[in-house]
This record gives sequence, C-alpha cells and structure tokens, in this order.
Amino acid sequence: MGARLPMLLFALVMATVPLVPQMPPFWIVLLDNIGLAALVAMGLVLLTGVGGLTSFGQAAFCGFGAYTTALLTTAYGLSPWLTLPLSLIVSGVAAVLLGLVTVRLSGHYLPLGTIAWGLGLFYLFSRVGFLGRNDGISAIPPLSIGSLRMIDPGTIYYAIWTAVLIAAWLTMNLLDSRTGRAIRALRRGHIAAEAFGVHTPRAKLLVFIHAAVLAGLSGWLYAHFVRAVNPTPFGAEPGIEYLFIAVVGGAGYVWGAVLGAGIVVVLKEVLQSYLPLLLNGSGQLETIVFGILLVALLQLAPAGVWPWLISWLPWKPARKRPDASLSLPPRQRGPGLSGVLLGVDKARKQFGGVIAVNDVSFDVQAREIVALIGPNGAGKSTTFNLITGVLPATSGRVAVLGKPIHQAPPQEIVRLGISRTFQHVKLVPDMSVLENVAIGAHQRGRASALASMLRLDRADEARLLAEAARQIERVGLADQIDQPAGSLSLGQQRIVEIARALCVDPMLLLLDEPAAGLRHMEKQRLAMLLRELRDGGMSVLLVEHDMGFVMNLADRVVVLDFGVKIAEGTPEAIKTNPAVIEAYLGAGA
Amino acid sequence: MNTTIMLFLMQDGITNGAIYALLGLALVLVFAVTRVILIPQGEFVTYGALTYASLASGQMPGTAGLALAMGIAAFGFDLFVQRRTLHVRRLVRSFVPNVVLPAIVLALTGFLVSRHPPILVSILLSLAIVALIGLYLYRIAFQPIAHTSVLVLLIAAVGTHLALQGLGLLFFGAEGQRGPAIADAALTLGPLRFTGQSLSVYAATVAFMVALWLFFGLTLYGKALRATAVNRLGARLVGIRTTLSGQIAFLLASLIGALSGILIVPITTLYYDTGFLIGLKGFIAAIIGGLVSYPLTAIAALLVGAVESFSSFYASNFKEVIVFTLLIPVLLLRSLAAPAVEEEKD
Repeated sequence: MGARLPMLLFALVMATVPLVPQMPPFWIVLLDNIGLAALVAMGLVLLTGVGGLTSFGQAAFCGFGAYTTALLTTAYGLSPWLTLPLSLIVSGVAAVLLGLVTVRLSGHYLPLGTIAWGLGLFYLFSRVGFLGRNDGISAIPPLSIGSLRMIDPGTIYYAIWTAVLIAAWLTMNLLDSRTGRAIRALRRGHIAAEAFGVHTPRAKLLVFIHAAVLAGLSGWLYAHFVRAVNPTPFGAEPGIEYLFIAVVGGAGYVWGAVLGAGIVVVLKEVLQSYLPLLLNGSGQLETIVFGILLVALLQLAPAGVWPWLISWLPWKPARKRPDASLSLPPRQRGPGLSGVLLGVDKARKQFGGVIAVNDVSFDVQAREIVALIGPNGAGKSTTFNLITGVLPATSGRVAVLGKPIHQAPPQEIVRLGISRTFQHVKLVPDMSVLENVAIGAHQRGRASALASMLRLDRADEARLLAEAARQIERVGLADQIDQPAGSLSLGQQRIVEIARALCVDPMLLLLDEPAAGLRHMEKQRLAMLLRELRDGGMSVLLVEHDMGFVMNLADRVVVLDFGVKIAEGTPEAIKTNPAVIEAYLGAGA
Repeated sequence: MNTTIMLFLMQDGITNGAIYALLGLALVLVFAVTRVILIPQGEFVTYGALTYASLASGQMPGTAGLALAMGIAAFGFDLFVQRRTLHVRRLVRSFVPNVVLPAIVLALTGFLVSRHPPILVSILLSLAIVALIGLYLYRIAFQPIAHTSVLVLLIAAVGTHLALQGLGLLFFGAEGQRGPAIADAALTLGPLRFTGQSLSVYAATVAFMVALWLFFGLTLYGKALRATAVNRLGARLVGIRTTLSGQIAFLLASLIGALSGILIVPITTLYYDTGFLIGLKGFIAAIIGGLVSYPLTAIAALLVGAVESFSSFYASNFKEVIVFTLLIPVLLLRSLAAPAVEEEKD
C-alpha cells in the first residue's frame, strides 16, 4: 500500500491549516463541516461505491449518534467521552436492526427501503417528546480534555479531522484485506463470492454497520460542535446530500469522499453567500444554481472527480509483489483418497414443468477426470449447480466421501474441498487478477474485519496473496497478475477462474466449459495442467463442448441429453455409442 | 367506530389514492424506460397546479417562460451534438419543437392570461407548459448521461429536483395557492357527499389509466416504449430510437404530474414545495408495485391513500412515520418473493 506517505503529508497540511496566521475563522468552520460530511460520505463510499448498496438513510444514523450524546450529556450529565462509545454503539445497533431487514432487499428495493426508514426516522425524531420534538435538544456541553474546552471551531477542528484521518485509514485497511475483497465482490452478484465461502448477507451487514458507525461518529462530533441538535440535519434531504458527496467525489474511492465533501460544502457556501449579493437576494437562487451545477458536474465526470484527478497524475502507485515463500497449510486429506469421491444419486431438478435434470446418477473417483457432455440444454450446468449448492435439488442425493451435501449451502461445500468455475465468467472486472484469485483463498484465511482494519492481518494476508500468486503462476498468467481482470481476453478470464478455484486447494475441481474461447496452444496447455493436477491427486469434473479436447483428456465421459443420462463410459466407448451419436447428430446419421 | 367517519375517511383516502396512483404510474413508466427514478415528479405536480391557479387568477405564470428557456437550452444541446454534421433539415427538426413551440405557447399564455380564459383553456395551457418542461428536462439533464448507472441518474434527478423546486419558489412565491374547482356539481349518496371535484379526480384517473393502457397495448410508440423498457440495446438494434422513448416517457410523466396537480389544487392549498411529498407517496405506491406492474401500483396507491387518511385521523402526529414505514414489510415481502437472480450490473 503506497498510500502512507501522501496520507501523512495530507495530515500534516491539515494540522497546520488553523495555525496559518490571518486564517479567516469562517474557513475553519467550513473545514469542520467538510470533515463532518466526509465521515458520513466515507461510509457511503464503502456501502454504495464499493458494495453497491445505495443508502439514502445515512443522515438518520448521524441522528442516532447526535441524539444519543445530546440526551445523555444534557439529561443525565454524562461526559461526552463516555457517550462516544455509546453513540457509536447505538448507531451500530440501529444499523444491525435496520440492516437485517434492509440488506436482504434485492436490486432497487434496497435504496427505496432506505428512503422509507430514513424518512420514518426523521419524523420520529421530530415527534418524540423526550428528544425535544422539532426544537430538539440544546445546551449540549462541548468536548473537553482537562481544562481545554473545544468550543471554538479551531479546536474542535482537530477532533474532527483526527476522526476523518483515522476513519480513512481504517476504511482503506479494510478494503485492502480478505474482507475487503469479499465486499468488493458484492457488487457483481453473490453466486461467485458464495462459491468461495463468502457469507454475502454477513458482508453486506458489515459494510452497513461500518457506514452507520461512521455516520454516528459524525453525528456525535456534530452535536458537540454545534452544541444543539434538532431533526432538520437528519432528514431526507441531508441523506440525499451525503449521497451527492460520495457520487460527485467518486463513489468507490475513500479520498473521493473527502474531496466530494470539500466540493459540495464549499460550493453550497459560495452560492449561499455570493449569489444573493449578485441578484439582490431573491428566492432560493442558490438551490437552483446548485442543482444545475450538480447535473453539469455529473455530465462532465460521471465517475466522480477523484478518479478523474487521479488519471492526471504522472506516477502510478507501485504494487507490492507477494512474497512467494509463504504458504498456507494444505487441506487435511482424509484416508478415503481412493474410491468414490463424489456420488450423485438420482439427482433431480424441476423448474415448474421443466425437468432440467432427471434422476441423473454418476460418480467421480479419486484421481480421475470425468467429462460431462451433451447438447445445449442437456442440464450440464444445472447439474453443476446442484453439486455446488447454488440450486437445491428437487430430489435425489449428492454425497462427498459418503457424506450427503445436497442440503448444504455453497459456503459449506467449498469448505469440503469442491471448487468450481462458471460458464459465464464471474470475475470482478475492476479488481486485479491477483485480488480476484485471492478470493478463492477466502475461506483459508482467518483474519477478521476488525483485525484487518487495525492492520493485524498482515501475516494472514501475505499468505493468502502468496497462495494466489502461486496459482496464477501455475496456470501461466504471471505476466497479467496486476492487470484488472476485465482487461483480459475471455479465454484468459476463464483461466483466471481456474486459478481462483485452485486457491481453494480442492479435492475436486468443477470446470464449466474451461476451453471455450481458448486458442489451440492454450487448450493444450490447459489439458497438460489438468493432467498434472490429476496426477497430483485431484479429481476433475468438466463440462465441455470441444470433443477433441474432452476425448483426449477424460478418463470417463458421462453423456446427458434433455436432463437424462444416456451413456457413460471411456471416451472410446462413447465415440461409438449409438445413443450418443443420435443425440448429437440426430437419428439415421 | 363511527360508520360515517369511516366512510368519510375511505372517500378521502380514495381521492388521494387516485392521485398517488397516477403519479405512481408515471414513475413506473419513466423508470422502466429510462432507469431514472423521477424525483422531480413532485415539481411537475406543483408546476401544473400553480400554473393553473395563476392563470385562473389572471397572473402570468413564470413556467411559460421557463419552458421557452429550457427549449432553447435543449436546442443548444442538439446543436452541440450535431456541430460537425450541421444540416438544415435536422436543424429545423430540432428548432421547431424546441424553440418555436414553446414560443407559441408563451405568446398564447401572455395573450390569454388577462382575458380570463375558460377553465378548460387554462387546464390545456397548463398541461402544455408542464409537458414541454418535462420533455426538455430529459433532453438537457438526462439524455447526455443516459448510459450511466442508476445511481448517477438518481443523483442527477435529485439535482433537477432542487433546481426546479427553487425555480418554483421564484415563480410562485412562498404563499400557497388554490385553483377554481373543475366542476361544482355534487352528488349525495346516503351520508356521503361526493363533490364534483372528487368525482372528476376519479374520472380523470380512470380515463388516464385506460388511455395509457390503450397507448401501450395498441400504438407503435407505446410498443416501442415497452421494448425499450425490456431491453435498451435490443430496442436499438431493431431501430427504436431510445432517446425518443425517453423523451416520450418524460413527456407523459410531466403530463400526468401536471394533471394530478390541477386535479388536487381545488381541494388542497399547494405550496411550491408540496409536490415533493405528494410525489413521494406516489413513489411508495410505485415501489409496492415493484416499479414494474401498473395494476399493482394502482391498487397500492389506493392503499397508501387509505392508510394516510386513517392514520391522519387516529395518529396525525405519526401520519408520515406510518405511511413510510408501511413500505418496509412490503419491500421485504417483495424481496423474498422475487427469485434469487444473479444481478449483473454495470
């Protein structure tokens, strides 16, 4: 992570700003406001920009933080430092409760749901008696350390910006970790992430809580900065404004939140103080101009201002090479490494009236390459989904080493040592090849989100990345290791998926059309790799349409047609099987 | 519970619900076609209502001038896009609807306003003005970023909402206005008295829904809009101009918004910022309908109207809390019912 030096410089600059002689106090107030907004927006960067969960309700979490400390310091005389953890806990608990309901909402229901409770909470703040209804709570004590009372904007400035810097550091650490990769994979759908052991609802809830706690922190600071709270700053409009900030700055970039806060807060201030002078103070002119400027800014830089600025930088941050000497402990291999590894017994999947997989039975032995072939729509990918727990079987049994797994979720199945690739590549295109592959090792890591934030995960993280780098080298993509996965050709992306699957250290590898889109030489290399893996003790089950590839590679072939198994045997036997020939070429061929 | 009160509340709820239904339909339409969550829908409501009220009281509405200004801006955008391939015919094709048309409307408004036009003329003028604003709004604010994510479009929608709301204050002032009733007749059924106005709300809602249904079911443009809603790229490949679909969607939405405003302004006093909350309620109905289903949206709107009316009677302090939290269980149910499809977003 090459961000340490710029961050230190930034901290240094921010620390000296209030010390500049003749600095107008008003600018300091502006900077305070920017810091407060940046904290909330930072949470949104993680939640919306990275995790893809749009929330309009962040202002309500500020409200939880602010009202908690306001109530406890005024009515019960608690010290503000004592209420800090309480404010954060209240926001966090509110996030857990709202999050448990909200993060399960799919697609567009989620942002709409957040509008709903955001507004609901706002009206609640303004109606509840002990929170002072619309008047709110005033005479909140200032923060104080010993005899230093942080009353003037120049002193609380340090509290606010220390909070911003710490939050930025924690958030960036989180993103640059095992948990961070899981969060970054959320936006691309959950199937791939879950296939490698990520608990997507848990990851979503985590970012939700993270964002809420940051908002709560901002609310706590706000309450002691303004020293009065009322419902207005916690309603729908501020909630939307925080989202502006994140989007304008560049949703997805931690520093975009700070930059966006700077742009929006300064813009609003300039408009509010200068426009009325210009046009004799008529009406809400600043709102009009602000709205128009916002739309114009989005038209100029739809991805946000921060990435636009970064693209102008002459130097690119260097990436650190993973230390390849580190290794993860290999999987405990049971004694049953001979005999049946995977048993599929009368597996059946029915979608309404369509029987996609009709009582299919076959097995995969240890150290064996089995190919599953059949014309389009034969039920091959559905069979894969039944084995890996993506779809529940309607009836039948799937067992690994004799242990039934047909009720298990994907996260448990991958833990047993079964990993897979997808027919339609499911990588995160804006993450590097290394990071994508490291998701495969997710369930072999131990570090928690909290440890990652505090940088206590480095040893664990280095081992995960080393494993990922080793698998990338093994599949022959070492030169592409730092490129964004989306920039690779489709064939290479399939190979990246194989490397990701290998990171699981699997007993059984399920490959869905691995050779599609590969050139001749690449196919040969792939076949060599798969044979090597088999000789090393791994079993492979693959779906493939390239008959030359399959017949040369597979030890055994299972043929499906319209969901029914029509043949099984060695490649030689399958080539001459009349039922197979009929399925592929039609009767009489 | 008193039956009369209940019936009265029901009636009130249905009247409001009918309006929410109209707005909900417009939101569904715009979202399906353009992926824009139309936050400024509320401004169309206030613009329609207050333009109508201004015309009725003999004041020149500022919206007519705004329509011309936005039309000129839209023409400017067209000009900029075509700057390398300027062609007289295409210039004229952009100039006439974007500049000439709003200029005519402005002139007509100026001519008629001091002569106390009949109510129907005022209504038609208001509808025309707001519909043009909606059309140009799409051209200026959304067409250039039509390809970006839903989030960016949403933020742009919020930006336009702010700008339009500020302009509303500029045009109509901070005081609320009421417009003249469309019909004075009243109908008494047992303990219930239906005013001509609430009857016209029902009639207009039903008529508009039927018209929309016919438009989408029978006309080529309606089908083109539906095709765009299902698959933008596919629609383009078969020759549907998706920008045209977007413009039609916005035109319809602003028309519906203005009509809703005109229908309620004789019943309730409207302020420049009332529209936002009304729009939000329509929004809730649209969400309950899943942002896709028109009939479900209409039913949900009636439900929202009823809940609002009953909660304003029993717990008026918590009216908004109740209406908005109503949404959460519904959303949850919808999410659970929806099949777990893999989302492939941009």
